[in-house]
Amino acid sequence: MADRGWFEKSGGEDGLILAAHGAWDVGNVGDLDAGLRRLAIPASGRVSISLEQLERLDTAGAWIIYRTVRDWSASGIAVDVNGASEVQQALLDTVAKADKDWEPDHGDGTGFLQMVAQVGQSTEEIARESVALLGFFGQIVTTLAGLAVRPWRIRLIPLVYHMEQVGLNALPIVGLISFLIGVVMAFQGASQLVRFGAEVFVVNLVAVSILRELGILLTAIVVAGRSGSAFTAQIGSMKVNEEVDAMKTVGLDPMEVLVVPRILALVLTLPLLAFFADVMGLLGGGLMSWVVLGISPGAFIERLNDSVGMWSFWVGIIKAPVFGFLIGMVGCYEGLQVVGSAESVGRRTTRSVVEAIFLVIVVDAAFSIFFQFIGI
Amino acid sequence: MIDHADEIAIRIRGLRSQFGRQVIHENLDLDVRRGEVLGVVGGSGTGKSVLLRTIVGLNRPRAGSIEVLGQNVRGVKSRQFAKLEARWGVLFQDGALFSSLTVDENIQVPLKQHTNLSKVMLEEISELKVSMAGLPPDAGHKYPSQLSGGMRKRAGLARALALDPDIVFLDEPTAGLDPIGAAAFDQLILQLQKSLGFTVFMVTHDLDSLHTICDRIAVLADKRVEVVGSMNDMLQSDHPWIREYFHGARGRAAHG
Repeated sequence: MADRGWFEKSGGEDGLILAAHGAWDVGNVGDLDAGLRRLAIPASGRVSISLEQLERLDTAGAWIIYRTVRDWSASGIAVDVNGASEVQQALLDTVAKADKDWEPDHGDGTGFLQMVAQVGQSTEEIARESVALLGFFGQIVTTLAGLAVRPWRIRLIPLVYHMEQVGLNALPIVGLISFLIGVVMAFQGASQLVRFGAEVFVVNLVAVSILRELGILLTAIVVAGRSGSAFTAQIGSMKVNEEVDAMKTVGLDPMEVLVVPRILALVLTLPLLAFFADVMGLLGGGLMSWVVLGISPGAFIERLNDSVGMWSFWVGIIKAPVFGFLIGMVGCYEGLQVVGSAESVGRRTTRSVVEAIFLVIVVDAAFSIFFQFIGI
Repeated sequence: MIDHADEIAIRIRGLRSQFGRQVIHENLDLDVRRGEVLGVVGGSGTGKSVLLRTIVGLNRPRAGSIEVLGQNVRGVKSRQFAKLEARWGVLFQDGALFSSLTVDENIQVPLKQHTNLSKVMLEEISELKVSMAGLPPDAGHKYPSQLSGGMRKRAGLARALALDPDIVFLDEPTAGLDPIGAAAFDQLILQLQKSLGFTVFMVTHDLDSLHTICDRIAVLADKRVEVVGSMNDMLQSDHPWIREYFHGARGRAAHG
């Protein structure tokens, strides 16, 4: 079998004769096409292509013969193809039949226009998603209201299962991160405050930042990454598998069965996790104060009592159920938005984590302003 | 376009496939002739798809030899195997299109892998294949998730045909299509097979497909190929499963 495809030119001014040789197949069409495009057409405008000696022709080869003939004919050159075997002719006919007017690739104009259009599309999509998420919020609230009236319909087993998954199983990672942040805060704070001889205020720094912000914020971010994404992936793969549809056909409400237990689990366990994070953070801060500054545990606790009021603790804990609700809502919403393929599950999972963390931080800022406003 | 010097496209001898302790094929022999359309049938779990996957090198057999286009598939060097891969195309059950790529890009994947064509040429060939597979021109720019099941199969076929293969493997090409869509897909395969001259190895359950496009039928039963022959041979066979299959209510409906 020939590995190479080529053509030989002959004939003079009154007409060009091209004899095709070798293999005109997908491996050679690139060179052949370039060669055909470089050809000088004689003034007489007559070309004849002979396929008599052609050893192998496939669709790609037939395509460039057909296209060359088509384009030359269109520009007023008389072309004829001869010597095609029956099989080759059938192939040329198949290719000719398949040649329809292609849609031009992208008629969207220049790069700049495309960019503007893309910005517009993204903006529109964000707006649409926000409205849809708000709608989903409403759905959750009505479902919850319905369940408040008929509390026996709350599914306890899934609720407890999810509480274990998102709460109990998250304890090690949340505890470790908070502990380390406490250590870092104390260490960094000490190295700054020691210049003013105010190292004892490290306790205030650690206590206020851990209790008010860092404890709950870090917990929420870890849970969004751990559980929000898991919710999206679980519900998403159920969507792909048509399990959610199957659920509806047997009269189960996915909101009640899938969404509410997950959200409730987060609302109930996130405050507990946040409390645990507070304790671990203070433990880390206290340990570091002892090691670096020599503040004894007893002195640390005394100082803690003097410096922060009960409200500093409550400010952190109050936010926890709200964050839990947000993370659960976004996780379930994105899961239910999955359509079609497994790829969609991956994309939605990423979005779920990013959106949940974004919303948590936005709402945290709003809380911060609110608490400042009412003076606690 | 295909030299018929060696009349056998696929030659399988003494094949044994096994998953754990479960033996799927035992001492299986099969010849697929060049340029024919061979339909492979068999009950569920008789290893039709496993056979297909074994021939194209996705499953490793325990024993036996598989020769494709005169080359032994087992123990062949990876570079030679890559050359062989360029000479066959596989259509998986639901098309198995790469979901992150458009249909055009899907068709260009094997072209890019095995040739070094210019971007323009790649686009021209992929558009040509889209059209030959009977898809509307704008389907080329769509993603698999935007296509219906039938269109995904056509796109999968277009990708399988990207390199003008000598052998096309089809895994239940008409499963999940409505009868009209299935008949149209049969016609498409038949017409492309006639004009491009490739060999077809087709796993199917569709009696209509067997009837319309298959030259020969191979029946898998008892871990081996029980019978190979034309539709008439099948109808005259007295093997109980084959009788049941071709003379059952559905079988009678298909061959009228």
